[in-house]
Amino acid sequence: MDIDSAQLSAILSRIQFAFTVSFHIIFPSITIGLATLIAVWEGLWLKTRNPVYLQLAKFWIKPFAITFGMGVVSGIVLSYEFGTNFSKFSELTGAVLGPLMAYEVLTAFFLEAGFLGVMLFGWQRVSERMHFFASCTVAVGTWISAFWIIAANSWMQTPAGHKIVNGRFEVESWFAVIFNPSMPYRLSHMLLATMLTATFVVMATSAWYLLKQQHQTFARKGLSMTLWLALVLAPLQALVGDFHGLNVKEHQPVKLAAMEGIWPAREANVPYLLFAIPDPEQEKNHFEVKIPGLASLLLTHDWQGELQGLQSVPKADRPNVPLVFFSFRLMVGLGLLMIFIAVAGLWLRKRGTLYQSRWFLRLCSVMAPSGVIAVLAGWYVVEVGRQPWLVQGLVRTMDVVSPLPAERVTLSLSLFVLTYSLLFGVYLYFFRKLIKKGPPELADLQQLKVGVKASGYAVAFTKNLADETQHKGAH
Amino acid sequence: MDISLFYFLLLGFAILMYVLLDGFDLGIGILYPWFNSDAEHDHLMRSISHVWDGNETWLVFGGVILFGAFPTAYAQLLSTLYLPIMLMLIGLIFRGVAFEYRFKSHSSKIWWSRAFAIGSTLAAFCQGLMLGAVVQGVPSDAIQGSSLQLVTPFSLFTAVAVVAGYALLGCAYLVMKSRGDIQHKAAQRGRVLVWVVMLAMALVSLFTVLSDDLIWQRWFGGWQTLWLLPLPLLALAAARLLYRDLGRVRKSHHNKEQVTEKHEDRPFWLAVSLFVLAFAGLLVSLFPYLLPRQLSYQQAVAPEHSLWFMLPGVLIFVPLILAYTLWGYRIFAGKVEDFEEGY
Ligand code: HDD
Ligand code: HEM
Ligand code: HEM
Repeated sequence: MDIDSAQLSAILSRIQFAFTVSFHIIFPSITIGLATLIAVWEGLWLKTRNPVYLQLAKFWIKPFAITFGMGVVSGIVLSYEFGTNFSKFSELTGAVLGPLMAYEVLTAFFLEAGFLGVMLFGWQRVSERMHFFASCTVAVGTWISAFWIIAANSWMQTPAGHKIVNGRFEVESWFAVIFNPSMPYRLSHMLLATMLTATFVVMATSAWYLLKQQHQTFARKGLSMTLWLALVLAPLQALVGDFHGLNVKEHQPVKLAAMEGIWPAREANVPYLLFAIPDPEQEKNHFEVKIPGLASLLLTHDWQGELQGLQSVPKADRPNVPLVFFSFRLMVGLGLLMIFIAVAGLWLRKRGTLYQSRWFLRLCSVMAPSGVIAVLAGWYVVEVGRQPWLVQGLVRTMDVVSPLPAERVTLSLSLFVLTYSLLFGVYLYFFRKLIKKGPPELADLQQLKVGVKASGYAVAFTKNLADETQHKGAH
Repeated sequence: MDISLFYFLLLGFAILMYVLLDGFDLGIGILYPWFNSDAEHDHLMRSISHVWDGNETWLVFGGVILFGAFPTAYAQLLSTLYLPIMLMLIGLIFRGVAFEYRFKSHSSKIWWSRAFAIGSTLAAFCQGLMLGAVVQGVPSDAIQGSSLQLVTPFSLFTAVAVVAGYALLGCAYLVMKSRGDIQHKAAQRGRVLVWVVMLAMALVSLFTVLSDDLIWQRWFGGWQTLWLLPLPLLALAAARLLYRDLGRVRKSHHNKEQVTEKHEDRPFWLAVSLFVLAFAGLLVSLFPYLLPRQLSYQQAVAPEHSLWFMLPGVLIFVPLILAYTLWGYRIFAGKVEDFEEGY
C-alpha cells in the first residue's frame, strides 16, 4: 500500500471514529441525567404520594427508553472500533485501557441492562419499592459507566501510573492510572453536563406545554423543579469548568493555547478573547474582540501572568486551532446562557410571573438541545485539542491506525453515515411524537396499580386499561 | 492454574454465554418471516424485549476481555475481520432499535419488522462467517488483501449453519414461552432445524478434523478418543430427545390436548446443550489458539499486572451478574402475555 493510500485510510478511520463516538455521546448525555431524574421522581412519589411525580416518571421513561436504546446500539460499535480501526493502538495500550473497560462492562453495563428490563417492563410484576430500586440501580449503573470510560479517556489525556516495556504500555499503579491528574475534573464536569442536559430537555418540554396551555399542573411542576436544579447545577458547572481549565494549563498547555488563541511562545498580560478568528497560516488572530489581561487573571490569578502559546511547539505538534477555539467558546457561551436562564427564572418566580411570561417560556423551550450541543463542543475541545497525540505526548494518532485499504473504510464509513442519519431522524421523530402525546392522564395512573403481583388480576386489569387507552387514543 | 489459561477459559465462557443468550433472541429475528400476522410478530418481539439488551452485553464483555487480556489478538482479529464485524454491527443496530420503534409506530411498522428480521439474520450470518474464517485460518495478509478472501465455501457453510442454529434456539425458546399456534409452528420448524443443525455440525466437525493433522491427532491419536467420544454421542442423544419433544408438542396441538410443562421447557435446554457440546468440540480442536496456527493465547496475553487487576472484578461480578440476570428472567417467567405491559 502506498503512502497516500495509507494516509487516506488513516484519516478515514479517524473520521469514522469521531463520527460514531460523537453520535454515541449524544445519547448517554441525555440518559445519565434522565435516569437520575426519573429515579428521583419515583422516590418523591413513594415518599409524598403526590401523583404528579408518578406522572413525571411515567412520562419521561418513554423518551428515556428510546434514548437508552440508541445509546446501547451505538456504544457497542465503539467497543469494537478500537480493534478494527486502531489496531496498533489497541495492541500498545490494551493492558491499560482494556481492564478499565472490562470493569465498565462488569460493574456498569450488565447492571444497567439487567435492571432496565424490570424498570421498563416490570411495573405490574414487582412491588413499588422493588421498582424504585430497579430505577435507582439503572441510574447508578450509568454513573459507574461514566466513571470507567472517563478514567480511560482521562488517562489518554494525562497519562500516569504506567511504564513502557518493549514499546508497549504496562501498568505500575492502577490507582495512578485511574485517578490520573485530569480524571476528577473531567468526571465531575461530565456528570454535571449530563445532569444539565437532561434538566434542560425537561425544562424545554415543560415550557412548551405551558406555551401551548396544555397539561398545566404537570408542566408547572416540571418547569419549577428544573429551574431550581439549573440554578444549582449551572453555576457549579462553570466553577468546575474553571478548575478544569487550570488543570489543562498544567498538563496540556498547547491545548490551552488553542482554546484561548494564544500564538506567541510566551505571553504576559494575556487578553481574554470574546471573539476572534484564529489563522494557523499566519499564526495570529483576526478580528479580535478582547478584554485585556483577563485570561492571565483567570488562569494564573495575576493580571500580568505568563501563559505558554502555540509557537512554543512546532506546527506539526499543534491541534486544529480554530475548531478548538470555537468549540470552547460555544460551550462556555451556552454555559453562561444556562446560568442566565436559571437566574432569570428565579427573578420571575419572585415576581410571580414565571408561568406567564411568554418570552421566557419561549427561551426555555428552544434550549432543549443546548446541553447536547455543549457536551459535543466540550468533547471536541478535549479530543481535538489533544491532537496530534492519542496518548498525550507518547503516542501519535497517525502512527497507530490499522493498515486497512482505504476503500474498506470508505465503505464502512458510508454505511455508518447512512445508518446514523436515518436513525437520528427517526429518533427525533419519535421523541417529538412522545412529547406531543403528552403525559398519561392522572386518572389512569391512579387506577394503574403498580406491583400487583397476582398475575391473573394484573393481566385482566392491564388488558382493560390497554383497551381503554386505545379507545381514548382513537378520538 | 496458570492465570492466562483462566482468561482463555473466561473468554470461552463469555462467547458461549453470548451465543446461547443472544442466540435465541437473534433466532427469533431469523424466524420472523415464518410468522405472518401482526399479532404474532408483536408476540415474538414481546417475548424478548426485556432481555435482548442484557444478552447483547455478553458480546461487549467478550470484546473487552479479549481487549484487556489478549490485546494482540483483539487487534489482529478485529482488524482482519473488518468487514464482517462492521456488517454485524450494522445488523445489530437495526434490530436493536426496532424493539423501541416498532411498538410506537403505525405506518412504518412494516419497516421496523423488516429491520428486525434482516438485522438479526445479517448479524448471525456475519458471526458464522467469522467463525468459519477463524476455524479455517485467516490468511495473514487478509487485512491488506480483498475482503472476499474471508468468503470461502466453508465460511459460507458455517454462516448458514449458525443462522440455522440460532433459529433452532429461537424455536425452542418459543415453545417454552408461547402457547397455541405460535408454539405449534415453532415446534414444527424446530424439527426441521434439528436435522439441518445436526447435519451442519457433522460436516463442520469432519472438515475441521480432516483439515489439519494436529487436530486429527488430537481426536483420534490415542486413548483420548475414549474421553472425547461422549461429546458426539451426547450431542446425538440430545438431538434425538429434542426431536421427540418437539414432536410431542406438535402432536398435542393436533389432538387438542395439553402438553406438560416439562415437554415445553425441555427442548430449550436440549438445544442449549447441543450448543454447549458443539462449543466444547470446537475448543478441543482449536486449543490453545485464538487464531488457529498463528496466535496462541500465551503469545497474545497481556502483562500479568493487568490480568491480576481484573481478577477480583471477574470473580466478584460474574457470579453477581449471573445471579441478577437469573432474577430478571424469573420475574418474567411463564408465558408471554399478549397485552401492553410495562412502561
Ligand atoms: C476511551 C476513550 C475515548 C473517549 C471516552 C472518547 N474518545 Fe474521542 N477519541 C478517542 C478516544 C476516546 C481516540 C481513540 O483517542 C481518538 C480516535 C481517533 C483519535 O484521533 O483519537 C478520538 C478522537 C476523537 C475525535 C477526532 C479528533 C481528531 O481526529 O482530530 C473526536 C471529534 C472525538 N474523539 C470526540 C469524542 C467525543 C464526542 C467523545 C464523547 C464521548 C469522545 N471523543 C470520547
Ligand atoms: C469512546 C469511548 C466509549 C466507548 C468505547 C463506549 C462504549 C459503550 C458501549 C459498548 C455501550 C453499550 C453497553 C450496553 O450494551 O449496554 C455504551 C453505552 C453507554 N455509554 Fe459509552 N462508550 C464510550 C464513551 C462514553 C462516554 C464518554 C460516556 C459518558 C460519560 C459513556 C456512557 C455510556 C452510558 C451511560 C451507556 C449506557 C447506554 C446509554 O444510555 O446510552 N460512554 N458505551
Ligand atoms: C460555563 C462555563 C464552562 C467552563 C469554564 C467549562 C470548561 C471546560 C474545560 C476547561 C474543559 C476541558 C478541557 C480539556 O480537558 O481539554 C471542558 C470540557 C467539557 N465541557 Fe465544559 N465548561 C463550561 C460549561 C459546560 C457546559 C454547560 C457543559 C454541558 C452541559 C459542558 C460540557 C463539557 C464536556 C462534556 C466536556 C468534555 C468532557 C470533560 O472534560 O469533562 N461544559 N469544559
